[in-house]
Amino acid sequence: MGTHLPSTEFDGTAVDDQREADAEAVMGEPAAQMVQLLGPDGKLGADPVFSAYADKLTQEDLRGLYADMAAIRRFDVEATALQRQGQLALWVPLTGQEAAQIGSGRASQPQDYIFPTYREHGVALTRNVDLAELLRQFRGVSNGGWNPKDTNFHLYTLVLAAQTLHAVGYAMGIQRDQKLAAATDGAKEQPDAAVIAYFGDGASSEGDVHESMVFASSYKAPVVFFCQNNHWAISVPTNVQTRVPLSNRAKGYGFPGIRVDGNDVIAVHAVTEWALEHARQGNGPVLIEAFTYRVGAHTTADDPTKYRPSTEEDAWRAKDPLARLEKYLRAQDLADDAFFAKVKADGDELAGYVRRTAHDLENPDIRQAFANVYAQAHPLVAEELAWFEEYSAGFAGEEESAGQAAKAGH
Amino acid sequence: MTTMTIAKAINEGLRAALAANPKSLLMGEDIGPLGGVYRVTDGLIGEFGPDRVVDTPLAESGIIGTAIGLALRGYSPVCEIQFDGFVFPGFNQITTQLAKMHARSHGNLTVPVVIRIPYGGGIGSVEHHSESPEALFAHTAGLRIITPSNPHDAYWMIQQAVECQDPVIIFEPKRRYWLKGDVDVQAPGPSEDPFKAHVLREGTDATVVAYGPLVPVALAAANAAAEDGRSVEVIDLRSISPIDFDAVTASVQKTGRLIVAHEAPTFGGIGGEIAARISERAFHSLEAPVMRVGGFHMPYPVAKVEEDYLPDIDRILEALDRALSY
Ligand SMILES: Cc1ncc(C[n+]2csc(CCOP(=O)(O)OP(=O)(O)O)c2C)c(N)n1
Repeated sequence: MGTHLPSTEFDGTAVDDQREADAEAVMGEPAAQMVQLLGPDGKLGADPVFSAYADKLTQEDLRGLYADMAAIRRFDVEATALQRQGQLALWVPLTGQEAAQIGSGRASQPQDYIFPTYREHGVALTRNVDLAELLRQFRGVSNGGWNPKDTNFHLYTLVLAAQTLHAVGYAMGIQRDQKLAAATDGAKEQPDAAVIAYFGDGASSEGDVHESMVFASSYKAPVVFFCQNNHWAISVPTNVQTRVPLSNRAKGYGFPGIRVDGNDVIAVHAVTEWALEHARQGNGPVLIEAFTYRVGAHTTADDPTKYRPSTEEDAWRAKDPLARLEKYLRAQDLADDAFFAKVKADGDELAGYVRRTAHDLENPDIRQAFANVYAQAHPLVAEELAWFEEYSAGFAGEEESAGQAAKAGH
Repeated sequence: MTTMTIAKAINEGLRAALAANPKSLLMGEDIGPLGGVYRVTDGLIGEFGPDRVVDTPLAESGIIGTAIGLALRGYSPVCEIQFDGFVFPGFNQITTQLAKMHARSHGNLTVPVVIRIPYGGGIGSVEHHSESPEALFAHTAGLRIITPSNPHDAYWMIQQAVECQDPVIIFEPKRRYWLKGDVDVQAPGPSEDPFKAHVLREGTDATVVAYGPLVPVALAAANAAAEDGRSVEVIDLRSISPIDFDAVTASVQKTGRLIVAHEAPTFGGIGGEIAARISERAFHSLEAPVMRVGGFHMPYPVAKVEEDYLPDIDRILEALDRALSY
């Protein structure tokens, strides 16, 4: 592609990436190097391309990135607790992936449209999705929970990889909007919005990811594929999904692939901002592989002790995205104790809000489900609803007397 | 009134839909300069350009999945699946995504995607080119399924499908692509609701319900029965989801007997659904059990024996005899 994507070495102190060695064996060439700006030691490195993006971040931006990461981690803890208390049917934790999500989400513009999988709570936060609403799906009161048109943050998708194609189609729509606008009022000819599709390293094996990359490349669609390689697809490690670094795959489709340290919020922000600009300027798709780690369980129904050693988790905790940004902020005098105390207090407040609101999320009436099967009137749905009403009416008396009996303590 | 084939009628219908709605577009394999393997999109790329008539990569999930994204952005994509048996790589996108997006979003999102599938046998083709998988889709709530049996319907139904806010699958009876008929291109009129059945022939002794490729067969069977002094009413179902049960019920209340004919395997098919509903709705009008005429429970057979597989006039008449023997 001719795009030079310089990078710095990943800090190799902990889990090494077997795929890098494999790649040499398989492909006879070294794997792409990983972009890292802020190391685990909290020191900011230099990069010929991406430092310029990092330099644009103001003190407020940096503090905001930290505050967001802390907020979403606190939220994650709260949601996990709610699940343990039976308030949620399931929870999908994100701890460890805060930098990948906050960094990329904050790099997007309001006009960009985001297609998440099901773990992108941090991205949701950056798009101003009400986090209590986000719990609807996990509480079992909705299959969605928010209106994507309000935030340009699409609903979660549980069928892995399906949304990557929706993202490319949406991006193709943006291209057409531009042409229509140009034809009618001579307006801008380049896409002014882009799309991000999130997916995991496991999902990267699904055929839809392949098809989405073929379509995106063929039509030069303004889409950024953001793969969070958190190393595990439930219990299956990444090396069962791929023998080469995932970012290397982009080359085969004909667009840039960048591997970024997914625990380095500054690098993730920089790389995503670059990729979105690249896409918005009409240069086509980019694949970003955020090299990160799912520190906890896949979901609250999962038990990682069955398939991975705790030493691996410990090694990754040493690269904690919050800790390294805190080190940097303190070392540079960009934030003091008061700031971190405020962040903590805000987090507790958010947790309290989510807890209260989650309890209050009302169970829907099944009539609402009848209402939205089709956009236009449908006789079968109408017939079945009428039957249901009549059937329910037959129990009306019984329910009342049952209710009275309960009140009377019978 | 002009005369044309079903294939030409769909072509004209697509042309009208593209002209009427600048946000409509066609997507599919080989639909551009080639005009589709059945030439249904012939000439459209020349008129509307490659952004409106899109030759896609060879990827059914890709076609439908990206169409969903385009629809979310306000476009009205019309996807062509090359042959019935090749829709399955896209089955996931259709059933888990397309059908459910509106419900999942509490009605906030609509995905007006149209999927055209040439279906059915009788063209002497090879494996996967002759199947009738409509029941697999009809079982999924959120999809609408229609199937024209004549050029006039073909012309209008495709346009109405593009206007519909719900996802619509059009099963096109490929062995009838070359069937000619009159098309009134002026106005569809209220009777042309694509989701309503048409009574094609009035009768009093029995009702035959058919759709798509079997409609001409049902009409021919009714004509043959008339020679034996039997008065058979023929209904063209037109829509498989929803099914116009009111029209079928009204007919059965008049005739007392019902035969449902389709090419798809009888087991688990649309005929069973109609039989069950009509038994509930019109039990006291029925003089005989509802009879089903359909394909066998086997993979669609090789071309040299497909004549024995496909329901024909005699199979419908045999079912009629059984119904009348009660
Ligand atoms: C098509 C499909 N197959 C299987 C599943 C069940 N499943 C849910 S999550 C998961 C692992 C996903 O791993 P990955 O893509 O790496 O994402 P992560 O959850 O690690 O972020 C599986 C197999 C699914 N949701 N969809």
